[in-house]
Amino acid sequence: MKNKLSFFAFPYVVWMALFVVAPILMVVVYAFSSADGGFTFENFTRMGTYAVVFGRSFKLATIATVICVAIGYPVSYMMAKEGLRFQRVAMVLIMLPMWMNFLLRTYSWMTLLENNGLLNQLFQKIGIIALYNSIFGTNLQFFRMINTQGAVVLGMVYNYLPFMILPIYSVIVKLDHSLLEAARDLGANSFHVFQRVILPLSLPGVLSGITMVFVPSVSTFAISTMLGGGTELLLGDLIERQFLGGAYNPQLGAAISLVMMIIVVICMVVMNRFGEGEEQAVML
Amino acid sequence: MSKELIRLQDLCMAYDDELVLDHLNLCIHDKEFLTLLGPSGCGKTTTLRMIGGFATPTSGDVLFDGVRINDVPPHQRQINTVFQKYALFPHLNVYENIAFGLRMQRRPDPKDPTGKRKVKIPEEEIHDRVMEMLGVISLKGFEHRKPDALSGGQQQRVAIARALINRPKVLLLDEPLGALDLKLRKDMQIELKRIQQQVGITFIYVTHDQEEALTMSDTIVVMDKGTVQQIGTPEDIYNEPKNAFVADFIGESNIIDGVMVRDNLVKMYGKEFPCLDGGFTENEPVDVVIRPEDIDIVPVEQGQLVGTVTNVTFKGLQYDIIVDFKGFKWLIQTTDHSPGGAKIGIKIDPDGIHIMKKSAYSGMFGDYSSFSEEYDELDDASIELDEEESGDEE
Repeated sequence: MKNKLSFFAFPYVVWMALFVVAPILMVVVYAFSSADGGFTFENFTRMGTYAVVFGRSFKLATIATVICVAIGYPVSYMMAKEGLRFQRVAMVLIMLPMWMNFLLRTYSWMTLLENNGLLNQLFQKIGIIALYNSIFGTNLQFFRMINTQGAVVLGMVYNYLPFMILPIYSVIVKLDHSLLEAARDLGANSFHVFQRVILPLSLPGVLSGITMVFVPSVSTFAISTMLGGGTELLLGDLIERQFLGGAYNPQLGAAISLVMMIIVVICMVVMNRFGEGEEQAVML
Repeated sequence: MSKELIRLQDLCMAYDDELVLDHLNLCIHDKEFLTLLGPSGCGKTTTLRMIGGFATPTSGDVLFDGVRINDVPPHQRQINTVFQKYALFPHLNVYENIAFGLRMQRRPDPKDPTGKRKVKIPEEEIHDRVMEMLGVISLKGFEHRKPDALSGGQQQRVAIARALINRPKVLLLDEPLGALDLKLRKDMQIELKRIQQQVGITFIYVTHDQEEALTMSDTIVVMDKGTVQQIGTPEDIYNEPKNAFVADFIGESNIIDGVMVRDNLVKMYGKEFPCLDGGFTENEPVDVVIRPEDIDIVPVEQGQLVGTVTNVTFKGLQYDIIVDFKGFKWLIQTTDHSPGGAKIGIKIDPDGIHIMKKSAYSGMFGDYSSFSEEYDELDDASIELDEEESGDEE
């Protein structure tokens, strides 16, 4: 089917070719090149040394994603059940932080989490730290929050939570109300209505939410640099260092990017299979 | 008639001060096919939702087997519903859709003598009962299809099977045939009646389609503005409408102002007509209903009334002609052709005249003066439908 308007898609096709396809090809070429330009597998064989970083990145991104689902699903569900006015206000509140600059948001978490930051000052004032010391027999001046994996996960959750809420909310809010009535009519109590109807039907939203949280989390470097203090090196930091840092080695950086991309793609494919497995079986 | 199953007592329902149901009283019997018939906004769907448990009356009671069930949630009622757009679960196949109700059930464990422990229904029994239902709706072999891979009629039947699997005492049907095309609708009407007789339970059916109601029902409840206008068998409702609204809503009617001279004699257009109705006071003003098919066309000199033909439409089985009697236009259905402009006489047998007391609806219906314009539009629509139908048959 040729559409006359398809002409207008042409600029985007050019854009895609220049700025999406070409860079990916360049990443592939670089990944298999040595510093002098020859073909080599060395970039990949050296990667074993970074297994810890890979492990940490995927672990923290997974934790952040799980927390986002755990927080985002109930929020989306309750939002969708409320009146339209409430939904609009809640939506604005959820989107509001995203209108602020990403770096600014993360910097403010630094000032909150620092050893003599706002949170620790608050804990001192209301005596939580003294209470903690008396219970556990410690002698802390402050809680160590900044420069921990926890702080990095917090940063990921804070920054990417809206990307979990939005797709889940938009699926649940569009659920046909008569389906829920039908389930109740057939003898399902509230729990069964949720388990048998709402949950399976909102799964596509959860899956796209997971994709939208997990992928940026696994490759982030700003959050880990600022909240992890560089001690909790993540894949993003590692790659950044290969291009901009002292460890200048773009070939290795490209190889790490490529491996990360492949792992992420495999994760997504497996997950989507899992989600649509039933339907696929029927189609076949 | 069999025993009473559901009683609606003085039901009122108000949304934002607007009275949707106005002191509705209704009694529904066991194994009855009862239809709530009325135009949209008459309160029929609200009534159904109250019986199903999806709406709570503002005042009044819903009694089931003599027990008040106003506050019993839908999942604890022995009533199931076929929803307007079927509401099949899109993520489940036909088998699982039908089995849904069974999977929700817990019943006393037969191995537990105290009878307190509840168990699920065993998988073999679920299988047998789903297969049995698939047989009832003639959809064996479709169990692994998803709802969106079924035609409208098939989805409809799955929705019925799903609602019947829990062996409810009452099945509620909310305009279930509305989304089907004309031919399929006719087939499903017969199918529904067959299923109702096969499973032997009460069906409460909501529709705005009078023909559907006449075809399937044991009892028709005609509703308007939140109140019951008439309850009766299809024959009663058609032959003895209680007021102008019912007469107009069920079939075509000419409704003329008249005066009851005495029992069995009514005066219209200054002439007296013998009829079979009585029980009115002398010279009481009444509404006279004359069905278009009960009017005989005769030569002018033999006619009880004489009028001028203003419009003729060929309908296949008969001609619909509009005849002007002193400014009031009648619809007459006849197999004889009368050309437009012709003067004709008409004769009405006493059993073709039906007398109604004056009501709030008097004067609102039964005049075909605006007929021709309105009719042209209707005509176009019916031509399109006819074409679609013939296309289906080929």
